[in-house]
Amino acid sequence: MQFFGGSAAAEIAPSPAAPPGTATGLAGNNANMLYIFNRSGVCLLYREWHRPLHTLDAQQDQKLMFGLLFSLRSFTTKIDPTSVDKGNLGVPLLPGQGCSFYSFHTNTYKLSLLESPSGVKVILITHPKTGDMREPLRYIYNIYVEYVVKNPLYVNGTPIKCELFNTNLDQYVKTLI
Amino acid sequence: MAAIYSLFIVNKSGGLIFYKDYGSAGRMETNDSLRLASLWHSMHAISQQLSPTVGCNGIDLLQADTFDLHCFQSLTGTKFFVVCEPGAQHMEGLLKVIYELYTDYVLKNPFYEMEMPIRCELFDLNLSQAIQKDRVSLFGR
Repeated sequence: MQFFGGSAAAEIAPSPAAPPGTATGLAGNNANMLYIFNRSGVCLLYREWHRPLHTLDAQQDQKLMFGLLFSLRSFTTKIDPTSVDKGNLGVPLLPGQGCSFYSFHTNTYKLSLLESPSGVKVILITHPKTGDMREPLRYIYNIYVEYVVKNPLYVNGTPIKCELFNTNLDQYVKTLI
Repeated sequence: MAAIYSLFIVNKSGGLIFYKDYGSAGRMETNDSLRLASLWHSMHAISQQLSPTVGCNGIDLLQADTFDLHCFQSLTGTKFFVVCEPGAQHMEGLLKVIYELYTDYVLKNPFYEMEMPIRCELFDLNLSQAIQKDRVSLFGR
């Protein structure tokens, strides 16, 4: 089962593809947080590695994040300069419908987003100087499929509590540059 | 093909004070452009709340499937953003030039009221020249 092309064997290989600490001069440990939401906005997973600043409590923070993505997506669909028929602003969009976005930068962080055809959103927040995160997000999505979706004890739509998933995720995220 | 699709200037309270289209497909209604401007204003503010470290100044680049959006916020809170082709270069420079034109031809205009829609002939003129220059330099490369 592959949504995003490439062979499963290559992407699920235990060793990460890119060597750490080459492009940005930052040797790994660039990830700040990771969120996984399902299509109805339930936060399946929140993980943080480096976050000195907490402005809100965890639940409010997750809600705000989902709201930001929801609104930004209707924003990009409406402002899309290449399509003629853009629909109305603020109408809920199906996964893959309209123009979406894959990342944004601020001076303190970079947010990258992957939305699967089933509406699962993977959001990775990294150092602003990290490179294109679309491939790493697909890799993380594949870890999710391998260790969470294929776990017989996991009930769909509930928070993820799979140890193997967490260890694999932590290991992979350390290598991001 | 235009490198820049449109330009928005948003005042510090989220109201659209200037909008110009440079060849996007379809037509944007005035109400929609106002809504988009205020939506961007709030998204910009929310992105600062979600920062993992202190000192976040909001989104400066949004990368979508079919376009890039570059945003520049001046010290007084006025936001300038351009919608351009994916991977378009030197947009920060262009935004600074537009900001300079804004200070010269809008703020120094004695008939301009602060935070109100921009209707200054000289600004329009110099802006289209700056955009034109940007396009020429793009074709030159």
